[in-house]
Amino acid sequence: MDPSKTPKTILEARNLGFQYEGAEARALRGVNFGVERGEFVLLAGPSGCGKTTLCRCLNGLIPHFYPGVQEGEILVDGSNVTSMPTSEVSRKVGYVFQNPENQLFALTVEKDVAFGPENLGLPRSEIRERVDWAMGLTGTTELKNLAPYELSGGQQQRVALAGILAMKPSVVVMDEPTSFLDPVTAEEVMKAVADLRLEHGITVIVVEHRLDLVARYADRIIVMDSGKVVADGNVQDVLDGQFDQLTGLGVGVPRVSQLWAMLKRDGLVSGQTPKVVEAAAEKLGGKLST
Amino acid sequence: MSRSFVTLRSLEGFKFYGRKTIVHNLDPRAKALFITTVFVVSLLFTNLYVLLGLLTVHVPFLLAAGVLRRWVYSIRAGALLAGIIFFANLLTGSGVLPALALTVRFLVLLTTFSLFFMTTSPDDLGLALDRVGLVRWLSRRWLGFPNALSFTFTTAVRLVPTLAVDAQTVIDAQRSRGLELDKGNILRRIRNYVPILIPLLLVAIRRSLELAEALEARGFPGREDRTSLYELRLKPSDYLLVLGSSTVLAVSMWIFVIHPVLRLPF
Amino acid sequence: MILVEDVSFEYPSGRGEALSGVSVKFEPGEFVAVMGENGAGKTTLAKHLNGLLRPSSGRVLVDEEDTRRTSVARLARKVGLVFQNPDHLLFSETVRAEVAFALHNLGYAVKTIENQVEKTLGSLDLTRYADVSPFLLSGGERKRVALAAVLAWEPEYLILDEPTIGQDYLQKERLRNFIVQLNSQGKAVIIITHDVEFVAEAKPRVVLLSKGRVVGEGPADRVLSDADKVASASLVKPQIAKLFDQLSRFGFPRDVVDVHRAKQLLEDRLREVSVHV
Repeated sequence: MDPSKTPKTILEARNLGFQYEGAEARALRGVNFGVERGEFVLLAGPSGCGKTTLCRCLNGLIPHFYPGVQEGEILVDGSNVTSMPTSEVSRKVGYVFQNPENQLFALTVEKDVAFGPENLGLPRSEIRERVDWAMGLTGTTELKNLAPYELSGGQQQRVALAGILAMKPSVVVMDEPTSFLDPVTAEEVMKAVADLRLEHGITVIVVEHRLDLVARYADRIIVMDSGKVVADGNVQDVLDGQFDQLTGLGVGVPRVSQLWAMLKRDGLVSGQTPKVVEAAAEKLGGKLST
Repeated sequence: MSRSFVTLRSLEGFKFYGRKTIVHNLDPRAKALFITTVFVVSLLFTNLYVLLGLLTVHVPFLLAAGVLRRWVYSIRAGALLAGIIFFANLLTGSGVLPALALTVRFLVLLTTFSLFFMTTSPDDLGLALDRVGLVRWLSRRWLGFPNALSFTFTTAVRLVPTLAVDAQTVIDAQRSRGLELDKGNILRRIRNYVPILIPLLLVAIRRSLELAEALEARGFPGREDRTSLYELRLKPSDYLLVLGSSTVLAVSMWIFVIHPVLRLPF
Repeated sequence: MILVEDVSFEYPSGRGEALSGVSVKFEPGEFVAVMGENGAGKTTLAKHLNGLLRPSSGRVLVDEEDTRRTSVARLARKVGLVFQNPDHLLFSETVRAEVAFALHNLGYAVKTIENQVEKTLGSLDLTRYADVSPFLLSGGERKRVALAAVLAWEPEYLILDEPTIGQDYLQKERLRNFIVQLNSQGKAVIIITHDVEFVAEAKPRVVLLSKGRVVGEGPADRVLSDADKVASASLVKPQIAKLFDQLSRFGFPRDVVDVHRAKQLLEDRLREVSVHV
């Protein structure tokens, strides 16, 4: 591969460790990974494995909002952000939280989306531009004058995303963003995120329990357990090579992958584990037609 | 059941009612000056006719803002207290007219605050607070950032409807565990509110913490020179109100201090 | 049995989920899932089952008692409702006190309360936290305490509002097993959820709500594989159902939603195919 065309590493964690103040054990230990510009990374693992802790380290909430002992370093776009105040890191790393309701603080959607750029001290005309742009991208323009509590969960989540995008961060981290959403809305939000990444090259890290939702769009998966990274690679590769480990940990592998693995175990099928329905249908269809 | 009906209705007399009228569009700072003037003047003068005059001055504003009917709700809410003021003064020896004057004063204050809150959106109030020098200074001293106080205000207002729903949910949850809020003596009833208040308090704290987290994640508090998408601009009508109010205020104070004879006391 | 007869309801403020002509029944010892999009009326329906809300028209009978004429406290003896967010419930100094709260309200004898509390704590693996403040526990643990607080008096009908949100795969498995256990004890479990994959594996009877109306009802495999019904309730078909849609040309039954049945069917067919080759 031509070195000059090698994608640049946009985010890197080096030997990251963290222990919450007053906790008995470390929540993160020796975490190492790098994310390339434009990648869609899925962060998975059982409850309590450290996914949320890792996300908080990435955007500076740790150690400023959550005190504790931090080791190692985090680099975003080349600069070391480990000790930067949250307000600075948040320009580079945006964070969308699990609960859609508690992220929106302003009295109207428009003012909420403008909040981030306002904090950056941008001139009014630029704030206006960014707000309109971000709302357009997330399909929330008609919600402009509504109050947060008048919105549905899916709308709230899209508005929260718009607020983050308006800050034009290099990386967007989403912590179980679809937990509270119904299936149709969840798929819409995920597709919107995937489209954004394809069209604008935004790097995305999504924490999700339910792989079936994200497996379709993610190229990379990082699996954690008890504060450590136990799997890191291309989604397809990890599904093929470490399937049993994943299910043993309680990661919600897609049902079709589960089905395939069961059939494979009985020697009835072979080959790559499909991660989406279409792939499974194709492979099974092929086998059944012979 | 009927008691709560009346209480909720009377609160409508103070809730913001969004409309596009001249009164609504007046700058909150101008309106604040207006109600301060009314406040001061009503305290300086005890003359029944002056106070009635003050009350009447509000009527065109109430009409222009289309909130006359809601204002009646707020008067209904204050009716009990007004009655108490009247009879208390009557029984402690003042004549009928002075007692009436004091009652009207109470109604004037009620009216002016009602008008203010019905026609000023919390949004604009937040913006106004953000600009007022005194608030910024206080905010910097107490909380470290000039926009923190106005923020606290806006966030509190934003959380009110959400917490109202939370309150109902807590009540539902505890009733589902057999808690009966309408049984027992007064002591029992007060104790029964503990399982309502504690979860509500904690839910409110948790929501605030999550909100704080989300805000920090978007760069709050930002720089000293943080900008804003919207800003309040004083219009001719605002200048008019400010001029009128300050004139009345100045004249009143002058009368009070320099020419007591014009106080027309009772 | 809980009988919901042609119930219609609207919140006085006009806001919130309404119900329109809903008729459904819940039998003892059943496992039922009430599903639908956010705002369909699932929670409103749940609140009608223990009297928190009373229908504007129609009626709800809990073991023949009309909810319009019975207090919530009385209905709560039979119908336990566990809300989605445990923090709306927890207020006591210790987990033990929290679990005992309802038993005090319902007038149980002191000795009975002690025994019930120990039993409930044990069944949910909370005994080690008995004297700990519920507020110090993690999110998942608090959810279990909330569940224990309602199970304490062993209501015959247990309603769980969105019990799978935020839970990982293993936690959901544990929940599924717990429900099976409750059913075997003769307790009916009604879950309100939009977690299609969970329902596809657990296979309860499904009641589909959309915009305040019942738009579908029946066994999970039949309802969740019906494209129209699923779409009208703003749900998606479970993965396995979608898979079998795409394999329909091979003559498989159309109502397959869970992995095990899928495997059996495919196994048989694949073996057949390999024999012929």
